[in-house]
Amino acid sequence: MIGIVDYGMGNLRSVQKALQHLGHDAEVVADAAGIAGSARLILPGVGNFADGVRQLEERGLTDTVKAFAASGKPMLGVCMGMQLLFDSSTEDAPPGGPTVPGLGLLPGRVVRFEEDQGPGRPRLKVPHMGWNMLDFDASSTVLFEGLEPGPSTQVYFVHGYYCVPDAPADIAATATYGRPFCAAVHRGNLWATQFHPEKSQRVGLRILDNFARCEA
Amino acid sequence: MLTHRVIPCLDVKEGRVVKGVNFVDIRDAGDPVEVAKAYDAQGADELVFLDINASHEGRGIMLDVVRQVAEQCFMPFTVGGGIRTIDDVTQLVQAGAEKVSINTAAVLDPGIVAQTAKRFGRCATVVNIDPKRVPVDEFVKRTGRQPGYVGSGVWGLGLGKTVSTDDTPHLDPGSDSEPRTPNPEPYCFEVHTHGGRKGTGLDPVAYARRVVELGAGEIVLTSMDADGTKDGYDLEITKLISDAVDVPVVASGGCGNPQHMIDVLQQTRADAVLAASIFHYGEYSIAQTKRAMAEAGLPVRMVGAV
Repeated sequence: MIGIVDYGMGNLRSVQKALQHLGHDAEVVADAAGIAGSARLILPGVGNFADGVRQLEERGLTDTVKAFAASGKPMLGVCMGMQLLFDSSTEDAPPGGPTVPGLGLLPGRVVRFEEDQGPGRPRLKVPHMGWNMLDFDASSTVLFEGLEPGPSTQVYFVHGYYCVPDAPADIAATATYGRPFCAAVHRGNLWATQFHPEKSQRVGLRILDNFARCEA
Repeated sequence: MLTHRVIPCLDVKEGRVVKGVNFVDIRDAGDPVEVAKAYDAQGADELVFLDINASHEGRGIMLDVVRQVAEQCFMPFTVGGGIRTIDDVTQLVQAGAEKVSINTAAVLDPGIVAQTAKRFGRCATVVNIDPKRVPVDEFVKRTGRQPGYVGSGVWGLGLGKTVSTDDTPHLDPGSDSEPRTPNPEPYCFEVHTHGGRKGTGLDPVAYARRVVELGAGEIVLTSMDADGTKDGYDLEITKLISDAVDVPVVASGGCGNPQHMIDVLQQTRADAVLAASIFHYGEYSIAQTKRAMAEAGLPVRMVGAV
């Protein structure tokens, strides 16, 4: 069974229905027993980073999610669920002040897209919203099996912040918005996508299916 | 590279798509889920569902529609129309809408924009702005305010440029409209509600900046002058707004053919285009539209064999 963590941050039904549509057993899990009992885990999420951290904490799920990641079973973070895996985020942090700590499962931080791209470069619209193409090394992770990098693999993004992993080897895919940024990560049994596979039509369903079938 | 989104807009009343959808292989053209699936297959990048219910019962049915679409269509969609309070927003998000589009409520109380952004993030917070041209004298007399911008382009249609489809006869369905003549009377833009019937005294540029400051992550801009004309998007106001804010702007109102989409994307900083009738009545398919856009050098997402 694939568990989808319900911690009050966004709509989980789309992820669940997408997996069920693909023929997988998927359930929304909201407590420690449900998470621990899952064979695979998806940490979704939309909204504010600090709210996400607080919701996990208030529901007593922070340690359970960390324990699941340590168990070696496959886990997938989606959108804000990806960002939460990292050490910290600058979202809502005062300028120059302390950043908001995340789960710390992957080394790195979460930063905002800069509208100002420097002299001579067009300003960026933030949030980054819409379909963007992925660049990846097809052999690097099972998540993109059956997909080709470039225009045929476009996925739906909607985010103002993005992850900057400390270890370049953790980057599984990039997309370009102003400059290239990290669109997906993979380390051991952890995968995560900044885009929404559950909203990315055929390509997204393939990615979810790949996750549901992969070996950690 | 981020591609330009092509977004069909569907009006929904009492659980049914109104104004129908008339293209191949749809079993029930009034069923929002069926229609969404058909657009999904065609390669639409996103859908907008506009709730045009007046009744309380109708609003309940709308939530059910949103739930079904979210469960059966694996594509992005926005729900707008009739949102009055943060509770309305919450219900829609919980039903599965990933973005909600706020119009009149944001004019009456911009606080709802801040509340929505705080609760569901900027990425889920869309504000609809409906600008319309009004004569400067009339605006000043009625509101006691000075306009933020005074235009003198083509009045009435007012697209700020001569609309010619001569260079693209293959895209033009054949317009028999009269040539427009410039009106010397200076005009300004004013945010309207109630489908363009009610002026608010607000300057659309200042208002757009204000709602972005409060938390809007996207603006859907529907020109009340262009809406329904099929003479093209209003390039003048779209340029003004898309230059003024650093969030995505969806151009809406007036689309009659793919060249209109190309024009607004090339001549303004709009990011996405919304259209209704040209798709619903099968005048143009999404794929055909995107091919024309790609030929014009615009980045688009092509789906499957086209």
